[in-house]
Amino acid sequence: MGSTSSTLLKIPNVEVLMQETGFSPAHIIRLHDRFKALDKEGRGHLCPQDFGAIKELAMNPIGDRIIGAFFSPGKETVDFHTFVKILAHFRPVDKDRPKEPNSPEPINSRSNKLKFAFQLYDQDKDGKISRDELLKVLRSMLGMQVTEEQLESIADRTIQEADLDRDEAISFEEFRKSLEKVNIDHKMSIRFLR
Amino acid sequence: MYNFSQGFLVISTAMLEVDSAEVGLNYSLKSSAIENISTSTNDSTGGHGSSTITTLPIVIWKWHHVETPYLVALWILTCWLCKLVAELNHNITSVIPESGLLIMMGFILGGIVWGADKAQTFKLIPVNFFYYLLPQIVLDASYCMPNKLFFSNLGAILVHAVIGTCWNAGTVGIALWGCYEGGAMGNLNIGLLQFLLFGALMSAVDPVAVIAVFEEVHVNEVLYILVFGESLLNDGVTVVLYNVFDAFVSLGGPKINAAEIIKGIISFFVVSFGGSFLGVVFAVLISMLTRVTKNVQVIEAGFIIVLGYLSYLTAEMLSLSAILSITFCGVCCQKYITANMDEKSVTTLRYVLKVMANGSETMIFVFLGLSAIDQNIWVWNTGFILLTILFIVIFRFMGVFFLNWLLNQSRLIPIDLTDQFVMGYGGLRGAVAYGLAASLDEKKIPEKNLMLGTTLIVVYFTVILQGITMKPLVQWLKVKKATKSDLTLNGKMNNRVFEHVLTAMEDICGRMGDNWWTRHWNYFEDKYVCWLLMTSDARKHKDPIFGVFHKLNLEDAKKYVNEGESKGSLAFIRNYDNASVDFKKQLALEYADIMPDIMNDMSEYDFGIDNVPVTSVMKNPLPSVSLNVHELDRKSMLNDLSAHHLLDQHLYKSRRDNRPTYSRSHYNTSENPDEMQEIFQRTMRSRLESFKSAKMGVNPAKKLSKHPKKDSTHKPNGKPADPHRTHPYGDEDFEFSADSASSSEIAGHFPRRNTNAPGAGVDNPAFIPEMDMSPPMRNPPWQTETANNMAVAPSQTAQGRLPWTPTNLRHLAPLRMSTRSTDSFAMADASVDDEAPEEKSGSHHTRL
Repeated sequence: MGSTSSTLLKIPNVEVLMQETGFSPAHIIRLHDRFKALDKEGRGHLCPQDFGAIKELAMNPIGDRIIGAFFSPGKETVDFHTFVKILAHFRPVDKDRPKEPNSPEPINSRSNKLKFAFQLYDQDKDGKISRDELLKVLRSMLGMQVTEEQLESIADRTIQEADLDRDEAISFEEFRKSLEKVNIDHKMSIRFLR
Repeated sequence: MYNFSQGFLVISTAMLEVDSAEVGLNYSLKSSAIENISTSTNDSTGGHGSSTITTLPIVIWKWHHVETPYLVALWILTCWLCKLVAELNHNITSVIPESGLLIMMGFILGGIVWGADKAQTFKLIPVNFFYYLLPQIVLDASYCMPNKLFFSNLGAILVHAVIGTCWNAGTVGIALWGCYEGGAMGNLNIGLLQFLLFGALMSAVDPVAVIAVFEEVHVNEVLYILVFGESLLNDGVTVVLYNVFDAFVSLGGPKINAAEIIKGIISFFVVSFGGSFLGVVFAVLISMLTRVTKNVQVIEAGFIIVLGYLSYLTAEMLSLSAILSITFCGVCCQKYITANMDEKSVTTLRYVLKVMANGSETMIFVFLGLSAIDQNIWVWNTGFILLTILFIVIFRFMGVFFLNWLLNQSRLIPIDLTDQFVMGYGGLRGAVAYGLAASLDEKKIPEKNLMLGTTLIVVYFTVILQGITMKPLVQWLKVKKATKSDLTLNGKMNNRVFEHVLTAMEDICGRMGDNWWTRHWNYFEDKYVCWLLMTSDARKHKDPIFGVFHKLNLEDAKKYVNEGESKGSLAFIRNYDNASVDFKKQLALEYADIMPDIMNDMSEYDFGIDNVPVTSVMKNPLPSVSLNVHELDRKSMLNDLSAHHLLDQHLYKSRRDNRPTYSRSHYNTSENPDEMQEIFQRTMRSRLESFKSAKMGVNPAKKLSKHPKKDSTHKPNGKPADPHRTHPYGDEDFEFSADSASSSEIAGHFPRRNTNAPGAGVDNPAFIPEMDMSPPMRNPPWQTETANNMAVAPSQTAQGRLPWTPTNLRHLAPLRMSTRSTDSFAMADASVDDEAPEEKSGSHHTRL
């Protein structure tokens, strides 16, 4: 217990962080250890290369997009706070915890989870998934056997499915609508972050 | 309504009495069965060889030859008729589950047999049950198991099936023993080991009734798969456990020491995992076999059934768990064989398995009821029976709640309390328990009949009572229902993205989560398993996103076809001006039409080339995009469909088609009067025209085509009075009357007639191109020298008709010489080729 509190003390503003993310001290400590392990040069922040060093992540077809999600636009580094906040998206929703009426929407709410997924597609941050953006994601996710033409037709079809205002792009609202029946809490949660 | 099946039974039992033979399903032991068969064969051979006959018998009564298979078939029929009766009224089946009804009918049937024989001559014996009735049920259940759901919940299922079953067996056995020692059951000759054995057989959960209820009310899929998967694996575990305890009982109490117990535990795991492993091996074999069965598609589905059965028997032979073997065989091979086999074979397999499984299930339940009507097995012991019921219910609930609590500690989505309660309540006992109880050895367990009777009562209690209350309970507790999810590309694609994101996050956190396993298995499967087990074709179409895309497109095509057909025909879109329609182009347009507006209501569509909404075509920059995927596939499908449709609707039926009903009373032409009318009119018109052009050199008057029938029959001054003509030449006389002018006339006339008379095939403009194409088709191949306009080779249809022509030729040759030397041979035959068969049917009609 002594080492726990001492590690916690080393992290600045840890109370605020726990408040915002809902993580327990044990989680924070575990993530902090991991953060330090990733930060090989001990600079106190991570850069894209540090993420790239994770072997499995390099194999992930949309790994670069996910790494990109950690970095807010224009920034080359991510500090521990941001790191934890991003991961907090994937904390399972707990029903037991009492909801405070005035508290802001928790990071792991449904719409925040969706927003995280949405921005993986929407690389130019214009609030819409265009056909090209969709095509890029599909191309990286589908195997070699699918031809370019098939890819395009799949992309077209996908857009048609979700596109309600017929502007040939998927807005966040449309994105949310198309996933209305999907249980996002289950699909975008990691068990050990509970 | 029962009379029918009862009648059967009385007949069969009466036959039995006559022959006073004990056959059929009433072998109480395997050995006696063999004995019986051998005696009956002796009888029959003796009857053949030794009996010296004095005179030649015309027919002989050979009951002994067919006795056994006959009775088996009769019983199958009887049981299935019971199911038929049970399903007659849906109001009843919605209250009492079908399995319960079947058991009750079994009571009735048993009563009849008892009344006839004064003994229960038929009962379910374990050998039949375990070798001929159970395997297909398990294979069907495992083959239809929702695969992904099963494997993602495999941990929880295994915990319930293995630990839960052991818990039930142990606690029920020990608790009963404790009560016995406490004096609750009077004086019985049962020891602790026997009680444990009884507990083991009592822990087999039979889900048939529960699953039926679950499917009806669509409970959430986690609950469904937990109950379904547990009950399936639980059967296997129960049998293993039973065998272990059985071995202990045979060994006898004093000889059991720590080493034996450890051996027993090892044996339990070896038998279970060995059986499962054997099943996986067979699954691999099946999958590999289906890679190469393309050429024997007819029996493709049979391979899976036979190999599945073999996996069961092989495991039995090696004393491994047969049920687990066939279970894992079915679960594992499902994905690969579905990808490898033809779609038709997959459907066939599903249906055949369903028929077999449902059939044996029905038989099992009927015989469960039937077996009760036998005074020999009933040994009543109130304490034992009531305590058994009490304990199985209590310990089932305790086990389920405790294990779920354990599981919930680590589950992302906890199993909630109502689900847990339903799981506990769903622990019905069924045929496996009875089968195991019936195979107890009376020498080792003196109180076998008490156990058997108790098992039956427990089965009735749970299946009927709990089965009836299950549905109200599920509704009352408001168990979470399954959410219906539509098949969408968005859903599928985002699922995939979510999976990738989760694995990436796990990597970043540096921990191995569930997704780690999933991903690595997927990677391994992609790289090695699929290469080994799937055909290269199947591998290509394996990608789920792509699969959904393909399925959606197929659905659209189906919808489209339905929509098209409701408006007449798929050929509506043909170009009127151009007879040689380019199907490819048309389809591209059709799909350009349908794809962008897929979210629209289908009824908004206006089909037809002129009405294709221009905007939608414009909006889609790649009109043929969706066509390019599986282009060949779909095109050939639609092509076929439209061609078949055309042919079915518009080809005249040949006389040959009508032969089966070729009798005066049945030759009913009214099934297509328009067609007959049309043929008749055409024939008459061509006759008249040719007649006129030949004799008078005048073109036929227009009105002739309007009322040709009247004209031809009433023609007053037309010298050739039809009767005279028809007489000498028979029904083929018209054939050589057509010349080139008239044949083109026909083609020219036809469309006009279409507009006059609305009929079956008349609405369809596609008819026109067909007619236009007919002149070249009329030239048989041997006339290629004379026919100068043979631009098109005779189509398949034309070639198919060729056999007609030679006979016509022979007929025609003398006639031509005698009557009409002016007509060219070639022309006469040209018209014959096309119209002969149809005219034959038409003229026949008139003659008859």
